[in-house]
Amino acid sequence: MTLDVHAHDATAGGVLGELMRGSLDHCVKCTICETQCPFSNATPLFPGPKYVGPQAERFRVAGEPSPDASVDYCSSCGICTQVCPQGVHIAEINTQAKAELRKVTGVPLRDQLLARPTVAGRLGTPVAPLANWTLANKTLRRIGEATIGLHRDAPMPKFAGRTFQTWARAHERPAATRRVAYFHGCGANYYEPRLAEMTVALLEHNGYAVEVPKQDCCGLPAQSNGLFDDARGYVRRLVAKLVPYAREGVDIVATSTSCCLMLKREAREILGMEDDPDLRLVSSRIFDICEYLVAMHERGELKTDFAPIRETVTYHAPCQQRGHGIGKPAMDLFALIPELTAVELDAACCGVAGTYGLKKEKYAISMKVGSELFGQIAAAPPGLNACDSETCRWQIQHATGVRSVHPVELLHRAAGLP
Amino acid sequence: MTPDVIVVGTGLAGLTAAVRLAQDGARVVVLAKGIGATHLAGATIDVLGYDPGRVESPAAALPRLAEERPDHPYARLGAAAVGEALGWLGAQVAAGPLAAYTYEGGLEENLLLPTAVGAPKPTAMAPVTMLGGDLRRESLRVCIVGFRQLKDFHPMLCAENLAAADAGGRIEARGLELDLPVTGRADVNAQGMAQQLDDPAVRGALVQQLAGRLHADERVGLPAVLGLRDPHAVWAELEHRLGRPVFEIPTLPPSVPGMRLYTILRAALRAAGGRQIIGPEVVGPLGGGPRLEGLRVRVGRREDVRRAGEVVLATGGFASGGLALDSRWHARDAALGLPLAGVPADGAPRFVPGYFDDQPMARAGIAVDDELRPLDAGGEPVYENVRVAGASIAGAVPWKEKSGDGISLASGHRAAGLILQSARAAAAAGATLEAP
Repeated sequence: MTLDVHAHDATAGGVLGELMRGSLDHCVKCTICETQCPFSNATPLFPGPKYVGPQAERFRVAGEPSPDASVDYCSSCGICTQVCPQGVHIAEINTQAKAELRKVTGVPLRDQLLARPTVAGRLGTPVAPLANWTLANKTLRRIGEATIGLHRDAPMPKFAGRTFQTWARAHERPAATRRVAYFHGCGANYYEPRLAEMTVALLEHNGYAVEVPKQDCCGLPAQSNGLFDDARGYVRRLVAKLVPYAREGVDIVATSTSCCLMLKREAREILGMEDDPDLRLVSSRIFDICEYLVAMHERGELKTDFAPIRETVTYHAPCQQRGHGIGKPAMDLFALIPELTAVELDAACCGVAGTYGLKKEKYAISMKVGSELFGQIAAAPPGLNACDSETCRWQIQHATGVRSVHPVELLHRAAGLP
Repeated sequence: MTPDVIVVGTGLAGLTAAVRLAQDGARVVVLAKGIGATHLAGATIDVLGYDPGRVESPAAALPRLAEERPDHPYARLGAAAVGEALGWLGAQVAAGPLAAYTYEGGLEENLLLPTAVGAPKPTAMAPVTMLGGDLRRESLRVCIVGFRQLKDFHPMLCAENLAAADAGGRIEARGLELDLPVTGRADVNAQGMAQQLDDPAVRGALVQQLAGRLHADERVGLPAVLGLRDPHAVWAELEHRLGRPVFEIPTLPPSVPGMRLYTILRAALRAAGGRQIIGPEVVGPLGGGPRLEGLRVRVGRREDVRRAGEVVLATGGFASGGLALDSRWHARDAALGLPLAGVPADGAPRFVPGYFDDQPMARAGIAVDDELRPLDAGGEPVYENVRVAGASIAGAVPWKEKSGDGISLASGHRAAGLILQSARAAAAAGATLEAP
């Protein structure tokens, strides 16, 4: 008998791992996932989630060469799993298959770097002007493309030159009866500390004491780049920082919707960490910030005396925000701001998928995937764009020139906070 | 931000209910475990095709069916409601984002359209792009055109069966396979081919390849891949350039006309302020009745609760997972665990030998009253604020009757109407439509 690598490899995650892979037997080849996959609809290099997932997975056998390398062009956006009416965990199977493939092909230096945003963050922050100049320098970017394969035009964020953690340590918490812990993620720490500050201000304005534990990466970029062992290490370290709050019954909020999803479900479903009791506890207590603000509103805790904003904002719910299955709470929140015109966009994906669109061989695909969204933004009345995920915001700004902000920024402004 | 109504399921029944409710001002959220059967079915609206012989006029046949089979969904709905729902859908399509693309037909007479395997299928309503294939004509010469790259449509098979299905020799049909290369791909599915034909250059190549190969009075039947963005324009352009009637034939999944219908209904839902959340699975009821308080919903590894004043259950039949049957013959409604009617009792025969015979399990589903509320074994409503719509309603054999679309459309439409009616009655009595 030939042993199946995923069924027996402990790295695939015991019972739940088998539940994920085993779900492929529910595939009836209905093709609904393929009608919705932004990537197979943009490039022939990715033959589609059904083809590389439930179908090819049957041929991936331990000790035998993988019959299919095209799974590398899967972005792990997760849309296939969302739309599957039969409950097949297509994206999870494909992300696991990608990691198995990487075990054979190796992980290039570029992907090793992209997988560790905190390393870049720590190195870049003290020398922010130099780092930002490097990233903006066309010649150096061309060299970067030629040497490590980071596309010369890929949207790279600017180092803020300070960290949110430093701000938070110096910040004096007002007395409050309600507590919440804040998982800000690497993006806010190194690139968008102002967003994290606005989040704290908004929560404090509504009577919450916001506690900011020391924290590192959630492991999502490592997972996306096939470095599962590293990803699990990141998850364990982060969970160790967050679990004391969950144990005390304190909710955890996150402004990075994809990193939040990592702790809610992906680490359990993809990295096979279902049996980690601390992760499960954190996972049951963590909320996307907009989800949480709507829940606060339902509990009567949200101050709704917002000042009018006479502007139009287009809103894009990123793929991984949709993976939360919570609808579009940002749209509910925008509806509370007088005179704000919020236009809900319905394009599937911006194309960047975290680090996917930064890669030399995938940049053009990424821009093509995003073209529908960019077109919708261009066709909308001029104004701001709002989006819950940092890499998607950077991609949107890069492609459209329209400023893209987290929904919290508009609420912060409408609340009249400094 | 509790909605007035949660609609579970995003197929024809669920979207119809949701759009109608939202257009009437209700706050509606559609929850669906995945995308529904729109993407799989041919998107013609089959109301009643066989009873048991071929039905020429559903308007004439429906009252008789309702009388003869009081347990049939159409007996709950009535012919008038079906007609009203067809009219409603026609109006939605005509006002939708695909411009001149319309649905034609009605209850008075069935069209007779070819399927992908060349079987004549009676249907009440169809996209305008399919009407040219109506086989009821005195005489008909057709050339069924396929593409080597589209592996899900076989023009020779379709043509051969069309000719064979016609005993009177009225239909002359032949198949023709073209070579329409798709850059970078060995083959494509129907969606991929439709994306190709959205490109004028590809349409030019198609017309060029057909030049000189068609007989003077021959119509052209093509797989239903004439574009996703503006199908009417693609179809009209081909009719014009080929100088003859052109018609689409539904293909194997993915169904391009089904995706168009989904696009139209989803746009209508959004325009009316309704919400749609794809991914969450309803795993059980909240509250024990007679009023359902809400739904237990699973997303990923987490279970949450969603409250609503009214629920429309439009989760589909066994094929869509709305109904589930395990290997020990336990049948259940997957979302709420409602009791099912029509399941053979222990020891009773579960199959009969002939595939097309009346199978004992075929009519299994949720029994409903005239208000589409689910009934228990004693015939009493399980919940007063749950309406069932679509393929999970007991009593029909849609694949034999060709009645599935009509039941889904009319029950979705009616479910919305009933909720709106009771909300108006409550408002008149001084209350408002609110969550418990």
